[in-house]
Amino acid sequence: MNLSPALAEPLAWPEGVARVPFRVFSDPEIYALEQQKIFRGPIWNFLCMEADVAKPGDVRTAWVGETPIVVTRDHDEKLHAMVNRCAHKGALVCLKQRENLESLTCVYHAWNYSLDGKLKSVAFRNGLKGKGGMPEDFDPAKHRLQPLRVATFCGLVFGTFSDETEPLEAYLGAPMSKFLDRNLGRPLKVLGVHSQMIHNNWKLYAENVRDSYHATLLHTFYTTFKVNRLDMDGGIILSDKKWHHISYTKRSTLAAENEYETVHSGQYQSDLAGPELLKAWDEFEDGITHSIQTIFPTLVVHFTLNSLAVRYFVPRGIDKTELFWVFLGYERDDAAQEQMRVMQGNLTGAAGLVSLEDGCINEFVQRGTRTSPDEQAFIEMGGKVAESNESSRATEASVRGFWHGYRDIMGFH
Amino acid sequence: MAAQLRAEGQVDAATWLRIENFLADYVHRLDDGLIDEWTGFFTEDAVYQITTRENFEAGYPIGIMLCNGRGMMEDRVLALKTANVFEPHTHCHIVGRPDVKQRPDGSIAVRSNFSVYRTMESGETGLFAIGKYLDLIVMEGGQPRFKERRVILDSRCVDVLLVYPL
Repeated sequence: MNLSPALAEPLAWPEGVARVPFRVFSDPEIYALEQQKIFRGPIWNFLCMEADVAKPGDVRTAWVGETPIVVTRDHDEKLHAMVNRCAHKGALVCLKQRENLESLTCVYHAWNYSLDGKLKSVAFRNGLKGKGGMPEDFDPAKHRLQPLRVATFCGLVFGTFSDETEPLEAYLGAPMSKFLDRNLGRPLKVLGVHSQMIHNNWKLYAENVRDSYHATLLHTFYTTFKVNRLDMDGGIILSDKKWHHISYTKRSTLAAENEYETVHSGQYQSDLAGPELLKAWDEFEDGITHSIQTIFPTLVVHFTLNSLAVRYFVPRGIDKTELFWVFLGYERDDAAQEQMRVMQGNLTGAAGLVSLEDGCINEFVQRGTRTSPDEQAFIEMGGKVAESNESSRATEASVRGFWHGYRDIMGFH
Repeated sequence: MAAQLRAEGQVDAATWLRIENFLADYVHRLDDGLIDEWTGFFTEDAVYQITTRENFEAGYPIGIMLCNGRGMMEDRVLALKTANVFEPHTHCHIVGRPDVKQRPDGSIAVRSNFSVYRTMESGETGLFAIGKYLDLIVMEGGQPRFKERRVILDSRCVDVLLVYPL
């Protein structure tokens, strides 16, 4: 085991990826290092939906880690992303979530930028009546909004601070790209948005959403209504670097297993008084009726029955994370299909019949672990390594995959 | 005089009082934990929705919670009592003075503002939600019932989770 030189108090990581020191969820120094090594490091961060910046002049605020970002589409239809921070005093330039503008103007001293972030003009540059103004050597070309590289895939806009980040499609890899394309690769329609503030470190949600072991145990509505049970055919696919994952289920293969009789989730009365809630249609020929996909570090795409949504989470402090939900349909949907997606929207989100527990469960871990930084999580369900498993989802392989990637990028070897 | 007022969409004082009592009764039952009585405030085919101002103004159909008919509301109640897992907490609603309008079809449109304070098992109390109720109320057997209750939250962001109806 090596000690990270970047921390004042070096982190001693236990062997392998089946242990996680609780300190990583509550140490402010590690949190600060993540902003630099992960969010400003060689990764693609999800910024917003391409639909948010569909038209020339569209401006959308976003975040990379805690850094405020602004995404724009210029009048040549080109996308840009910059740090939302004026080159003068550092004030936020854009305050609204969404607007359509000719150019960007900082409200503080009216420094004006074109939609690609280049400084166009500075108020009183030549002073007033020949007095004041900028020095002779002031060069607007040397001052601009700090740019990020931008790339899009299937209606998703990504940005990266690092010149070393590989091209987006290579970063995603073929299996991940193919599945994103299955779910998002056609004109999308936003059906609703909201967020929830969860009181835990961002990595606890990153683990939680990769954790196929908990899904049917904590989320008992799921199990009972046979939307997703571990005794259905399904599996886990990890990307090459193990950063991203897909967990999928095929509902039609359900064969009742006795193991479920002993858990709480099996006791729920399964006859819905409002059965239209789960009215669904077979949308794809591959038989997959439930899937959840993560793209490291903070993007999630879920497709449960016909409920399609992009989720992304933004760290708001060491023990606070804002989880965003973007519910989607396709432009091609007919009214009946859209209505089914709308009703199934009840399954997830802040009040999701299936997912609402995730709003509090990670906080329970945060509260349980913060006074025990030297203790560690035990993550051995399904083995000690992080490998794909196309036969069982009773495994924490994807969680170990996340830690594999995390250790690598943080230098915690 | 009364007829003139009604022509303007106004309701008489007795109806107004009845609506105010109905609105107060609804939140008091919820705040007292009488969740089984919740669905009784609605007509059989009622729509109950919790959404955000952002979704409402954009015309997005998906908000935070949507029940089409009392059956789905009963499922919500059963789920929160037997399936959902969350830290115990209670709500306290404060509802502002309603705006009550008679509609030509005989139903009554009501708008009122609300705030909801949440108290956790830990003793922590804080503001959980603010927004407005947009209601359509009809008389059923002489009793007011919601035919539609849309709960529009001012914020896009829900703290922790939302499990009890508002």
